[in-house]
Amino acid sequence: MARQIRIALRNCGVIDPERIEDYIARDGYMALAKVLTELSPEAVIEIIKKSGLRGRGGGGFPAGMKWEITRKVQADQKYVVCNADEGDPGAFMDRSILEGDPHAVLEAMTINGYCTGASKGLIYIRAEYPLAVERLKTAMSQSRETGLLGNDILGTGFNFDIDIRYGAGAFVCGEETALIHSMEGLRGEPTVKPPFPSVEGYLKKPTNVNNVETFANVPVIINKGWEWFSSIGTERSKGTKVFALAGKINNVGLVEVPMGTTLREVIYEIGGGIQGGKEFKAAQTGGPSGGCLTKKHLDTPIDYDNLIAAGSMMGSGGLIVMDEDDCMVAIAKFYLGFTVEESCGKCSPCRIGNKRLFELLEKITQGNGTMEDIDKLRNLSTVIKDTSLCGLGQSSPNPVLSTIENFMEEYHEHVKDKKCRSKVCKSLMQYLVVPEKCIGCTLCARNCPVNAISGERKQAHLIDQEKCIKCGACMEKCKFNAIIIN
Amino acid sequence: MDLRENLKAKNAALSQKDNPQSIIQVKVTMATCGIASGSRPVYEYMKEELSKRNIPARVSQVGCMGFCYAEPTIEITMPGKGPLMFGFVNTKKADEIIERFIRKSEAIEGVIPMNYETA
Repeated sequence: MARQIRIALRNCGVIDPERIEDYIARDGYMALAKVLTELSPEAVIEIIKKSGLRGRGGGGFPAGMKWEITRKVQADQKYVVCNADEGDPGAFMDRSILEGDPHAVLEAMTINGYCTGASKGLIYIRAEYPLAVERLKTAMSQSRETGLLGNDILGTGFNFDIDIRYGAGAFVCGEETALIHSMEGLRGEPTVKPPFPSVEGYLKKPTNVNNVETFANVPVIINKGWEWFSSIGTERSKGTKVFALAGKINNVGLVEVPMGTTLREVIYEIGGGIQGGKEFKAAQTGGPSGGCLTKKHLDTPIDYDNLIAAGSMMGSGGLIVMDEDDCMVAIAKFYLGFTVEESCGKCSPCRIGNKRLFELLEKITQGNGTMEDIDKLRNLSTVIKDTSLCGLGQSSPNPVLSTIENFMEEYHEHVKDKKCRSKVCKSLMQYLVVPEKCIGCTLCARNCPVNAISGERKQAHLIDQEKCIKCGACMEKCKFNAIIIN
Repeated sequence: MDLRENLKAKNAALSQKDNPQSIIQVKVTMATCGIASGSRPVYEYMKEELSKRNIPARVSQVGCMGFCYAEPTIEITMPGKGPLMFGFVNTKKADEIIERFIRKSEAIEGVIPMNYETA
């Protein structure tokens, strides 16, 4: 049975992204033609609202409502922005859509322009996606030649054109206000909402910002009807979601499943299970802003609300699978390290708070943590969540909170027993020579980069723990399995 | 109004021209990920070799098919049949696909099960 339904990815891997004919042959631009010739902007917004489409960038704000708000604001100029600043570690949904089906995004943006009253569209894309940029440009010039973009689209008198803006790859610029500032040529820093971009955005004009995947769903909804779209998914999350499966999973790849599919189905049936037959430990959704789902969540239907209830979030759709060899404290530290680097520094809870969180986690992984540190982690996390200016800070402590919540025993082991059960935290482990197995071949001593191993030829060797930097070179070289990790 | 009809007509003409029913369709994944794992040489190879060996086929580049673990992947549709996807394709595998699968319709290894519906 097919577990996957591809809506946003309907043309990815099917059409040649550099040929507009291929897209048109698969009902491309039919939705635009229908909208421009048969429907009023209000009617289109009504369709999107009824379909139940929610923002696929992570927050899950109802798309139709956003369109409506932008439409209602009076202004001489409005903008449509496509947020293609995909920055979560391990996520590549938006890139795949732009590289595989650029016209879908252009078509949806034009429809959005018609609905909101905007005549200008901007795609904010990171410069690290050169192929996506190139294909977008090709697609744009093809649509202009065909009369599907530019002045007097399809002879209806509607004008709309799209331009590309490059991002330099800052994570915070995926936040819509920061994104807008970046496009204006200012520092990519967020500002307090309200005013929302729908009211006051790019160049202080009403701006409708939607994610790539959100846009990619729109033409299908128009073509097939909101009834069809809203028949897929759960009560409050309609349609499908694209996930980028990564980590310790057999079939690493891009999947699109109906909302409400369980984690078990995604990991074991579509993803082919855990690599090397190991045991599933956790799955991180939502990247650095999300939390981890554990064994007890395996049968929870994945949708916006259930993920929030589980202490995680949908995020843009990265799904990183971890097995028994991953240390949850180290994972939390990894994500905090990312946040510390990507925080823009504008507000202090995020700038200073996340740094302190990172330092506490470092202390624990080095074996110097105390039980008070775990409490401190928890309190500080709550404060950062409550007081940060934008979504980055409000969600950055999620990995800490959810690992504490779900893997408290691992924190305890690190603090009390000074042990890391997954053998990841180097400060907590020792490389030891088993004297009975060591034949004194001197291979390890010769390969040790810091000369920490001593011993006579043909006699058992010894590792000086003071000098050892725990690089593992000796263990790798030893032919007799005489070196173990304690 | 006519323009919409025009689009529809264009549609029909296009599918006529490509004649998907009578020609072999070869699709090579050419997203960043596919290219990075070596799909470009496979694409060039398929294009050149199929015409050299006088096999009428349309070789096209497509976006990501989602099977990252098996890149480079190619999808082949024989006239009148459903598509089949092959993974871990290099030029050597491509040669095997042309000679054994396309020419002789033999079943060969390396097929990836496709488990999705498309809207």
